[in-house]
Amino acid sequence: MCDTCGCNITPGNREFAYKPVNGTTAVAVLKSLLARNDDQAIHNRQHFDKHRLLAINLMSSPGSGKTALLEATIDALRDEYHIGVIEGDLETENDAERIRAKGVPAHQITTGSACHLDAHMVHDALHQFPLAGLDILFIENVGNLVCPASFDLGQHRNVILLSVTEGDDKPAKYPVMFRAADLVLLTKSDLLPLLDDFSPARAESNLRNLASTVPVMQLAARKALGMQPWLDWLRSELAQQRARVGRGETAHPRIQVGAMRLHEASM
Amino acid sequence: MHELSICQSLIDQVEQIALTHGAKSVELVKLRIGPLSGVEPLLLQHAYPFASAGTLAAGSTLVIELVPLKVSCEACGIETEAEPGWLVCGACGSCHTTLVSGDEMMLMSVELIAAERTNHV
Repeated sequence: MCDTCGCNITPGNREFAYKPVNGTTAVAVLKSLLARNDDQAIHNRQHFDKHRLLAINLMSSPGSGKTALLEATIDALRDEYHIGVIEGDLETENDAERIRAKGVPAHQITTGSACHLDAHMVHDALHQFPLAGLDILFIENVGNLVCPASFDLGQHRNVILLSVTEGDDKPAKYPVMFRAADLVLLTKSDLLPLLDDFSPARAESNLRNLASTVPVMQLAARKALGMQPWLDWLRSELAQQRARVGRGETAHPRIQVGAMRLHEASM
Repeated sequence: MHELSICQSLIDQVEQIALTHGAKSVELVKLRIGPLSGVEPLLLQHAYPFASAGTLAAGSTLVIELVPLKVSCEACGIETEAEPGWLVCGACGSCHTTLVSGDEMMLMSVELIAAERTNHV
């Protein structure tokens, strides 16, 4: 199916595609508004697959512990894997410096006023960031529960952090973001005994109300508590990624797989 | 805040289509947007005149068709309407549902004004 000859027009969508008006020509398009970003994301994903690495997009609100999670993960997997990190923030090199202090390559993207990373920004970063020899590439997105959800960066998996100092109703408040998760981490869980208003069960129930069946894990990165299931998840995802690359296949976050199936079926 | 950058990406696509068809300008642009797309139709509508200014789409009309949010239940097989934060089956309450519609962010069609012909055959 192509986007030029009109073969993507079916009886089901014809009425939306054509509307003849005198003196004008109607052209059917049926393409995502983010087609340019999505094309770039496909290209990025090919880069990642060529290097046999697993690319993970970390998303959360600001201050939920994305960088602390990466520091603890780097410490725990130091002898096992080569890790690289692309950091996204509006300003400062602070997060990249924290990662570099762990002896791991890090590239900081400063977005200025942009509230999310897009596939082009990540691609520009890749030109200055050697992927050779890396096993896992983390892309730490701009802290924001809204905009980053809309932009495919070429990652294989989305991991979303929800710290227990936030509300356990965040999945209900930000459904577009939490629906995009392949894994949800409840972070800073060592603080749970001090907080009487955050219920992990309620957080999970709010996530299930979004028809999400993905795993939910509790951990406290700075205390190195509950890290094992997360590290095992990474090991398993990397092994699966290596097997896929061996078969010439790739992976998308589950939400994209669902959307592709849905929109191909409707065309 | 990301509606402006999405709108700019839309205008790029629309201009490319207009150029491919040798059009003089763009009359109308039609989108379908669902509540789970992550795009706010009203903000997109506000951003449109700014993003299209100085392009072949300047002065054109943006029509946004809102798509209803519907899920299909894997347990009972019934299709029901849903809310963005409540995607469980409206009939049996199961959370094992798949989205039927509502995450669209789609450029459906554009209407172009043809360039006046200079060579009459």
